[in-house]
Amino acid sequence: MRFGVVVFPGSNCDHDACYAVTKNLGHSAEFIWHDSSLLGEVDAVILPGGFSYGDYLRCGAIAKFSPVMQAVRDFASRGGLVIGICNGFQVLVESGLLPGALLRNRELKFVCRPVKIRVETVNTPFTCAATAGQTLTVPVAHGEGCYFADDATLTALKRDDRVVFRYVDNPNGSLDDIAGICNEGRNVMGLMPHPERAADALMTSTDGRMVFESMLQSLSKQAPKLQSASSGRANVHA
Amino acid sequence: MSDLTASELDKVRAILKREPNETENGIFTVMWSEHCSYKSSRIHLKKLPTQSSRVLVGPGENAGIIDIGEGVDGKRWAIAFKIESHNHPSFIEPFQGAATGVGGILRDIFTMGARPIAVMDALRFGSLDDPSTGERNKRILEGVVSGISHYGNCFGVPTVGGECVFEPCYDGNPLVNVFALGVFRHDEIFFGRATGIGNPVIYVGAKTGRDGIHGASMASSEFTEDSMQKRPNVQVGDPFMEKLLLEACLEAMRTGAIVGIQDMGAAGLTCSTCEMGSRAATGVEIDLALVPQRETGMTPTEIMLSESQERMLIVAEKGREDEVFAVFKKWGLDAVTIGRVTDDGKLRVKNHGTVVAEIPNRELADEAPLYDRPHGVAPYRPAPVEAPASFVNRPASVKEGRKFDAELETLLGSGDLCSKKWIWQQYDYMVRTNTVSGPGGDAAIVRIKETDTSIAMSLDGNGRYCVLSPREGARLLVAECCRNLSTVGATPVAATNNLNFGNPERPEIMAQLVETIEGLVEACKFFETPITGGNVSLYNETLGEAIWPTPVLGIVGLMKTAAPVTIPFKNEARTVMILGGLGTCDDTRFGGTQYAKSVLRTLWGLPPALDMDYEKRVQAAIRKIVNEGHVESAHDVSGGGLAVTLAECSFDGIGAAIEIASGLAADVALFHEGPSRIVVSTAVPEIVERIARENNIEAVRIGVTMKERLRIDHNAVTCIDSPVDRFRGVFENALEGQLAPQHA
Repeated sequence: MRFGVVVFPGSNCDHDACYAVTKNLGHSAEFIWHDSSLLGEVDAVILPGGFSYGDYLRCGAIAKFSPVMQAVRDFASRGGLVIGICNGFQVLVESGLLPGALLRNRELKFVCRPVKIRVETVNTPFTCAATAGQTLTVPVAHGEGCYFADDATLTALKRDDRVVFRYVDNPNGSLDDIAGICNEGRNVMGLMPHPERAADALMTSTDGRMVFESMLQSLSKQAPKLQSASSGRANVHA
Repeated sequence: MSDLTASELDKVRAILKREPNETENGIFTVMWSEHCSYKSSRIHLKKLPTQSSRVLVGPGENAGIIDIGEGVDGKRWAIAFKIESHNHPSFIEPFQGAATGVGGILRDIFTMGARPIAVMDALRFGSLDDPSTGERNKRILEGVVSGISHYGNCFGVPTVGGECVFEPCYDGNPLVNVFALGVFRHDEIFFGRATGIGNPVIYVGAKTGRDGIHGASMASSEFTEDSMQKRPNVQVGDPFMEKLLLEACLEAMRTGAIVGIQDMGAAGLTCSTCEMGSRAATGVEIDLALVPQRETGMTPTEIMLSESQERMLIVAEKGREDEVFAVFKKWGLDAVTIGRVTDDGKLRVKNHGTVVAEIPNRELADEAPLYDRPHGVAPYRPAPVEAPASFVNRPASVKEGRKFDAELETLLGSGDLCSKKWIWQQYDYMVRTNTVSGPGGDAAIVRIKETDTSIAMSLDGNGRYCVLSPREGARLLVAECCRNLSTVGATPVAATNNLNFGNPERPEIMAQLVETIEGLVEACKFFETPITGGNVSLYNETLGEAIWPTPVLGIVGLMKTAAPVTIPFKNEARTVMILGGLGTCDDTRFGGTQYAKSVLRTLWGLPPALDMDYEKRVQAAIRKIVNEGHVESAHDVSGGGLAVTLAECSFDGIGAAIEIASGLAADVALFHEGPSRIVVSTAVPEIVERIARENNIEAVRIGVTMKERLRIDHNAVTCIDSPVDRFRGVFENALEGQLAPQHA
C-alpha cells in the first residue's frame, strides 16, 4: 500500500509518519507538498503532527486554505482513508472534515508523555484490527489538544459510534475524555496521540502499529471499490 | 554596554592606521567583547585537549564534529554538537531569552550541514522558597521552560534531557545553557568560509530589525540596577521561521552551489562576514542597502550589530545563485545577494555605495586583545573547610544509626534531586522517533536511524563542588558525565563545555576559572574526551554578587543501537550490587553533599575525593557488564548518595532489602557522594563479580530486590524502611508542589 504524507511548512512529524509506515510496517510512502493540488497515486493520506505555518493563529487555521487540503477533501469525499495526527487532527477540524474544536490544554501547558487510550469502537478502518475496549499506550505531545464540541455534536458523535479513542487518564481536559473521532463516513479520523511514535520496538510502546495495521487491513479489502470511486486513478490504471 | 578600553582603542587605531568611525567603533566593540572574543579566557582555553582520532572538526568552527563510523548506506556518518549559554537575556526576558538560546545553538548545528536531532538544557535558578526572591525565581523558571518548550517543540527537535539546580547564588543570574546535537554524512559537512574571489555573498532568512543590538556586549558585563532597561537588547525568536530556514538550508546545500555558510548569531552580520572572511583569508564586501530590513531608517551601525534571529549568510558559487534562490523561494524565505568575496582581506561595508566601514577581517575576527588577567590568589570560596562542630559532635544515634526515612524524603523532595517531569513534560522529547532513552535517565540516548549507532549524552554541572574546589569539582564533573554514559553502556568520545563564571577582572574569580579549566584539562585528557568547542559566559554577577563557578559539560558517547538498560529494578529476588564498592568519605568531604545542603542546611569542606584511575576501571567494567547483558538495571550513585540512588531504583514498584556494613557513620554511609559507584541488579552476580575482578575493582553484594518496600540496614541497624510508593510520591510531586500556589 502507498501512503501520502502531507507536508505543510512547519510539519515536523512528517518523517516520523513516513518511517513508521515504511520501515516499521514495510509499506511505501511519499511526501505531498502543501501547494500541490494533486495527491498522486496514494491509497491513504496522513496529515502529520507539527506546527503548520507556525500555528501562530489557531492551530490548523491557515493550513485549511492550502491547495493540498482541497485535494484531501476530494479524496475523502470519494471514500479515501484520511488520518490526521495531532496537528493533522487540528487541521481536519479547522477544515470542517471533522466536527468540534481543539482548545488549549486545561493546564495551559504543552504536555508530552505516554498516555493510555481506550479503543471505543472497532467499527472504523483505523481500529478494525483492535478489540473493543482494548487500551493502548501511545504518546501525546501537544499544547492545544483539549477536544471540545457543542452538545448536539457530542450527542451525534456518541449516537453514531464515532468516538474512536478515549483517554484513560485525560492529559488535556478534553470533553468526555475524547482522544480521537471519525467522520460520518468513518473514513476520516483525527486523534491527538501519536501512533507513529509507538510503532517501533525501540520506542516506549508498539501499540500504535494497530492503527496503521487496521488501515492496511481495510485497504486490502476495499481496494477495488476505492479504485472505481476515483475516476482519475481508474484512468491511470486503465 | 562595555565600550572599548583605551588600550583596545589604541590597538584599533594601529590596525586601521586612523581613527575608527562610529560604525567601525561599534563593530570592534562587539567583536572584541568578552562574549565574542573570549579575551579573558582564551589563553587558558588553549590548554584544553581538542583532538582524537574521532575529532573531524575541533574548536573554532560553529560546532565540533565527531566521526561515528559507517552507516547502513556504507558511507561515513558524523555528529556535530555544541553548548551555548543565554544567561543574561534569560534573566531580563526569560521566555524570549531562553527561546532564542535554543534557536541560536540550533543554527550553529545546521549551519554545518547537520540536521539537529537532540537538545538538552542545563538550568540554574535561585531558590523557589526564598521569601524575598522565590516568586521571581518561579516566574523566571516558568518563563525559561516555556521559552525552551515553545522554540524546540515548534522547530521539531526533541529536548531529550538536561538538569536543573537551585541555589541562592543564581537569584540575580539564572543560567540557561543549551546543548544541541545534529547528524550528517562526512560529505555533507559545510564550513563558515568565504572562499572563491568574486563569489556572491547571499543573505537568507528573516529580515533585519533593531532587536538585539549590543546583545553580545550586554552579555559581557555585570548586571546593575538599571539592567532591566536592557530588555530591548533581547531578541525575539520565531521557531517556525527557523524550521523553514533549516529545511531550506539543508536543501540548498544539496544543490552543490554553496561554498560556505554561517549563521548570524551574536553580533549578527558583523560576526558572520568577518569570520567567514578571516577563515578563508579573503575579503568580504557588502552593501547594507541590499539587506532585507523590517524597519525603516536603520543606521549602518544598527544593521551591522542587529541580532535579529533566524538569519544566515551564504557564499555561493558564482553563476549558480539561482539554484540557491529557487530553494529559498520554495520555502518562502528572503534570499538576496548583498555583496561578494574579494581578494583584499578586508570587511568593506557600504551603504548605498558609500563605504561606511573598512576593517581587515583577520585582525577583527582573530586578533582581539588577549588578557592574562591576574589570578594569583586563592579562588573565592564562601565556606569554611572544617566541618562545623554541630556536625562533628552530632548525637551518637545519628552516627551509629537510626531511622533516616524523613531525611531521605527531604532529599527526594529537594529542588535539586526531585523529579523534573514538570519541566520535561513540557518539552516534546520524542519527536523524530529516535529517543531510545529520554529525560530522567542517567544519560539520554538517541538512535541514528541511518546507522546501527546510538548517541548517548550527559549534560551536567556541579557548582556546589566547584565552589569548594574548582579544580576537583571540574575533575568530578568529567568523571560524572563519563560515568553516566558508561552506565548505559556507551563509550564517551568527546565533550563540549560551557563555563559560567562571575567577573574575570576580580582575581579570586579569575582564579576559579583558571583552576576549573586546568581540572577539565587533566580529566578530559585522562578520560579521552577532547573538548571540541563550547562557550564561556563571564560577568554573571549582580550588584557585586557572583554566581558559584559553574562549568557545565556535555559529553557524548557512542553505543550500538539496542534497548537500553534503565534505572528501575525490574524483578524481585535479584541480587543488588554496588560496583566500585561502598566508597569512603571523611567529615571534610561530606560538606558539599546534598545532605549537607538540604538536611543540615550548610556548606563546608571539599568535594568528594576522586581516584581517576579507579573511576576509569569502574566505567570499563560497567560498560562490559551492560553491553553483555548481565544486569537488569543500572544507576550511578551521585547527588544524595547511596540511599537516594536505591530509592530511585525502586520507583517502578520493586524495592530492595539492603544490608551494608562499613566503618563509616550511618548518615555518611547512606548519603555521602563518593564517586566511582554504580548500583546494579542482576540474576548473575558471579559474572558481575568476575568482570569487576578483571578490572581490579570492588563489586559488593548489598542485598536482594523485593516487592514494594525499601529497607536499608547499616551495620545491622535499620536506617530506612518504607513503602517505595511513599518515596516516589515525594519525588514526583515536589517541584509541582512548589510551583502550584502561584496558579491557585
